[in-house]
Parts: sequence; C-alpha cells; structure tokens
Amino acid sequence: MFQFGTISHIGARELCGYSIRLLGGLLIGLNARMTDALAADPTEIGIGYLRRAKVEQTLSLVEQPAADDGIAGARLAIEDNNTTGKFLNQHFTLEEIRLKEGEDAAKVAIALADRNIAFIIADLPADQLLKAADAIRDRGTVLFNAGATDDRLREEDCRANIFHIAPTRSMLADGLAQYLVWKQWKRWLMVVGSHEQDKLLADALRRAASRFGARIVQERVFEDTGGARRTDSGVTLIQRQMPVFTQQAPAYDVLVAADESEVFASYLPYRTWDPRPVAGSAGLIPKSWDAAQDQWGAVQMQNRFLKLNSRHMTALDMQAWTAARMIGEATSRVNSGDRKAVVDFLKGPDFSVAAFKGQRLTLRPWNQQLRQPILLADGRMVVSVSPQEGFLHQVSELDTLGVDQPETKCKLH
Amino acid sequence: MWRLCLLTGTAFWGTAFWLAGTLPADAFLAYVSNEKSNTVSVIDTDQWAVVKTIKVGQRPRGIEFTRDGKFVLVAVGDDDTIQMIDTATQEVVDTLPSGPDPELFIQDKAGKVLYVANENDNTVTLIDLTRRARMGDVQVGVEPEGMAISPDGKILINTSETTNMAHFIDTETRQIVANVLVGSRPRFAAFKSDGSELWVSSEVGGTVSVIDPVKHVVTGKITFEIPGLRKEAIQPVGIGITPDDKTAFIALGPANRVAVVDTASHQVVKYLLVGQRVWHMAFTPDNKFLLVTNGVSNDVSVIDVAALKVLKTIQVGELPWGITIAKP
Repeated sequence: MFQFGTISHIGARELCGYSIRLLGGLLIGLNARMTDALAADPTEIGIGYLRRAKVEQTLSLVEQPAADDGIAGARLAIEDNNTTGKFLNQHFTLEEIRLKEGEDAAKVAIALADRNIAFIIADLPADQLLKAADAIRDRGTVLFNAGATDDRLREEDCRANIFHIAPTRSMLADGLAQYLVWKQWKRWLMVVGSHEQDKLLADALRRAASRFGARIVQERVFEDTGGARRTDSGVTLIQRQMPVFTQQAPAYDVLVAADESEVFASYLPYRTWDPRPVAGSAGLIPKSWDAAQDQWGAVQMQNRFLKLNSRHMTALDMQAWTAARMIGEATSRVNSGDRKAVVDFLKGPDFSVAAFKGQRLTLRPWNQQLRQPILLADGRMVVSVSPQEGFLHQVSELDTLGVDQPETKCKLH
Repeated sequence: MWRLCLLTGTAFWGTAFWLAGTLPADAFLAYVSNEKSNTVSVIDTDQWAVVKTIKVGQRPRGIEFTRDGKFVLVAVGDDDTIQMIDTATQEVVDTLPSGPDPELFIQDKAGKVLYVANENDNTVTLIDLTRRARMGDVQVGVEPEGMAISPDGKILINTSETTNMAHFIDTETRQIVANVLVGSRPRFAAFKSDGSELWVSSEVGGTVSVIDPVKHVVTGKITFEIPGLRKEAIQPVGIGITPDDKTAFIALGPANRVAVVDTASHQVVKYLLVGQRVWHMAFTPDNKFLLVTNGVSNDVSVIDVAALKVLKTIQVGELPWGITIAKP
C-alpha cells in the first residue's frame, strides 16, 4: 500500500519528478518479496467463532465470566492479524455465532461451512464439538477447539479436522502435580464434586499423583445438594460447614479440590480444619493464562487486550486469541488464505506460534494438541509455570504435561 | 629489616593504586539500564567496576549515547518518555516526547533524529533531537521493538514481535518500502558496517535471519545447537558485529551463552558461557572488549573479543537490560 503525503503546489517539473518516484516506488514494490500482491484486492480470510449457549456461574463474584469471554480474545487476534495483514495484502474477519439453548452445533457449523468459512474457532462442550466436526469433515473446514478440556477428544475421540488449543485436564493436573511435588507437598487430601466433570478432573489428578510421586491420603466427596450459589448472608454457614467437612483427615500437606461445577472449592481456602493450602479448582489453580501473567513480554499482550476489551484477559480469551493467531501465522508463512495450504502448514514441521509463555508452542503431531506451559495462579499472582525444572523428556519438556505419544489412544483419521 | 620491607611495599602498592586511579587514555564508561531497579549503572572499563548508580524513571530499557557523547538517552517505558542523562554531571536533565511505552530507539547518523519503537501503539515515533520535539510517526506491525539504520543512513529498520517482520522504512519519505518475514518474535536488528547484510534475531523462533537489504529477501538462517540444552531455551536477542564485519556475537537469552558466529560461513564457532538470561551487548570503542547484560543474574560479563574468552563478571542493578559505551 502506498501512503501518499499531502501534495500542494505541484508544478510540471515536480509532477514529473513525483511520477518518476511513483514509478520507482512501484518497481521497488514489485521487487519486494512481500508486496507483490498489493496491486490486487486483499485476500479475505473469514474465521468463524462458535460459542456455547450458556456461561456457567462461578462461586466467586470476581471470577464470573464476562458475556464476551473467549470471543474478546479472538477479536483482538483478528486486529493483530489485520495489522500484519496490511503488509501481506490479507484481511481477516470474524463471524461470531452464539448457539441458542438446545440448538444443534452441527447445523450451525454446516451453515458456516456453506458460506465458505474454512476455519472455525469453537468454544463448545465435547459432544457438540464432535458433532460439529463430523458434520463438516468432508468440506475441508477445520475446527480450533478453544474451550473443551476433555482428554477423550485427544485420545479415543480424536479427529483429524480439530486442532486443540485448550489444554487437557491431564495437562492442567500434571502442571499442578509437578509443582506440588517440587514443593514436597506430596500428601494430598482430595475432595471431589458429585458431577461428571468433577470426576473427570479427579481422574486426571489421580493419574498425575501417581505419575509424579504424590500420594492421595484420602478422598472425600462433596455432594451437590442444590440451592442458590450466592445468598446474602450465607457465609456464616459456610464458615461452619467447611471446617467440619475437612476435619479428621489423615496427615496431609495440601487439599486438592476437583470442583469444575463450582459448588464448593472456592469455599475451602482458609476454612480447612487443618491449616493447609488448597489447590486445583480453588487456591492454586492451573490454567493456560491469567491476567496476572507478566513474564516474557506478556504485559504487551495484557495491555492490548485491556485497551480493546476494557477488562482483564482470561484463559479462555487467550486460548481463542492463540487459535486465531495460529491461523494468521500460517497465512503469513504460506502467503496465502488457501485452506489446504494453511492446514498443511499447521500440520507440518515448521509451524510454531509465540504466545507470551517463554517458548514457542508447537502441535503434537499424533493428536494435534497445542503443547504449552501451564501457569499456576492464585488469583493475584502467577506463582509458578510448569513444566517444572527437573522433569525431563526426550522430545520436548512440554510433553511431560498430559498424555504422551507412547500412551496415546488417538489414531487420526 | 621488616620496616624497610614495609616501606618499599607501601611505596610500591601506593604507586600502583595511584596509577590505577588515574584513567589512562583508553578507559571508557559503560551505562547499563536496570529494568527492575529503575537505575542506570555506570561501569568504568579500566577498573571493571560500577562507579556510579543513577536513579532514572520506571522500567529503563533502551539506552544509547548521543552521537556527540554529551548525553545518554534512556527509554523509561512505564513513564512513557525518554530521559536524557548529562554525561558531564551524570544526572537526568531533560525528557523527550517519545510516545507511549518506548523500548528501543536509534539515532540517525547526524544525531539529529531519534526513531523510537512504541510497543503498545504499533508505531515508530520520530523525534527532532535539537528541538526535543515530536516530528511524526510511521505505522508498523504489532509490537515494534528492534531498530537499526543502514550505514548509508537511507533505510530505517524496525522489527515487529507479533507480526514477525522486519520493516524497511525510507528515512527521507518515512514510508515503508519493504517488509520481510522472519522467524517468530524478532527482537533485534543489526547491519554489517559495509551494509551488505541485515541480521535479525528471532527470540521464539530460535534463529537469526540474514537478509539481503537490497533484494529484501532472507538469504540465510543461523541456527544454534548446544549439547544437553533443550532447543526451546535458545532464544537469540542482542546482536553485535565487529567493525571488520568478520565476527558476530549473538546473545542467546536463557541459554546463558553468547554465540560467536563467523559471518562468512554463518556457522557458530564457539559458545561463551556468561550469566543468566543474556540480553544485549556493546563493544568498547576500541573494540577490545564486548560487554553483555545478564538479566536474571543481575550482572554484566566482559568478553575479550580477540581471545574469545569471558574475563570478568560485574554486579549491577536488578534485571540489567541495555548497555552503551563511550569515552568519558
């Protein structure tokens, strides 16, 4: 793109000189590797964003997700992609669709594919994600899983047309376990919620304990008996309930809570019978990103997000940002918006993306899961980043987190 | 007998210390920005010690002597300004309107124009150094950082970290004339003094791209391999090329080493172990020594350029970032 300054009082000689410079500039432009396509219209690259119908309520008022949780990250990435795209004659747009309650994700995905959208970022529960992926499989449309942490999506239910940017439960649990073991807090009292997703998280934590040398001294179940999450003066009851619930445990170092359903974990810190730290779904929480992350140039990221969206950046925001950036990174490297070229590049050995976590992130070739460090945050600070020093691996230390290649059930097809 | 010994001993050491105290002709002063402690450490290259610590604004990073040697400019990012340290008094005397969050900057050959990378704004701001006023800006890619000027002064280079490009900007027209895609997260750009090559480090990509500045293409990529060290820890940042253009030094960040590269073959000839998270560097004006900043170990390593050996480590402030050296 040639940016012309203001031209005033043009005489014939000046006009001649200007024309020669214009021609010269055009020739330089044609010689320049990246500016070949500038004469033509920009390549349009449409990215879809499919959001789940409901946003879950959290126990903590400050953690309640914003209405634009996730998509705000994608919007920032589209801006970043378009800044880069100026120099490559590529233009990105985001097509946002929020599912209605009970709506079929497959139908919506097909509709997007019909409109020639090649890349869809999805924040959907596992079953809906699989339905959508299978519905658009033959159209060469690719899904970027920004929200579902289910291991089965990367194992027995893996799909060749899904890239996983969200970490798995096993990666999150391993990230936490490595730190607790490093800290020598190896005796865990585990408290598990009564819902399916809580049990899945507990499975991951049990596996992590066994893998890294921690010992679960006892498990307790916290039954969800229903009732309102937030009441005006409920805290006095909670203050009595939690110590009683956690009393008479065998000797332990840390209470690990598996409560994805947001029923009890946030009530535990500072209320356990014994003075013990809490980790897992409350206290020290493993996540892919946190608003407190300030290492490795992250402040730049946080500032840009804050400026655009007027709030702090969540893990889901960052997962969506990374997904959209992966697409932008691929289109710049192959200098094209062609879906086959982009997907081939993503699946190839040269792909990596920088995401402000201190090292380049690459895709695991066997199940297309994005390798990534896991942050351990307490709501105000990032306490540590896993993998912890000392946990070694022959290919990548990031593969000490989650299910590794020799163990995988995934056969991509 | 011992009194004679004591007397001659004192005379000898007294003379030695007196001689050391007077700065010989080739002593220099190195100014080091300490990103966390908000100070600038001044190192005397004859004593190899910090002789003064100057309090500056918040988050000092880019630091450079003006061409006339009268000032040291330091970008204090969190204060959204560039401070001017008077080298005679070693005190901050003025500020420049740098635009928000300045990190790195570079002067033109005459020392009249300052080009500043504003990371938060995706711009390069131009400042008239004589009037100390803003002159204009250029829109670049996402998170601009690295800055370089071609030896003939005609082209300004800016690298953008998230866009992953080196932008070529015509200094006369202030227009971008070319963009070259490099490895992930480019941090620093340096020309050979004969102008034949532009080197750009990619921190996350782990490589240094060698670019033909006329054809605007990458002609080579320098890669690094350190036995026993995982590849992800090798993150090239600062680059220093000797004036004869024969040897390049690359700071490799958390690999804690400086790579010595033969510029003809683009091969690494040696790795020098320095402090933790080695970041930026500067040659002494006589090119005998190269000083590098080690961000995490809070010190500066001194490298003998001819012998390719690390001679000394000097403790400075917290999180040393940039360094600039000149005659006092």
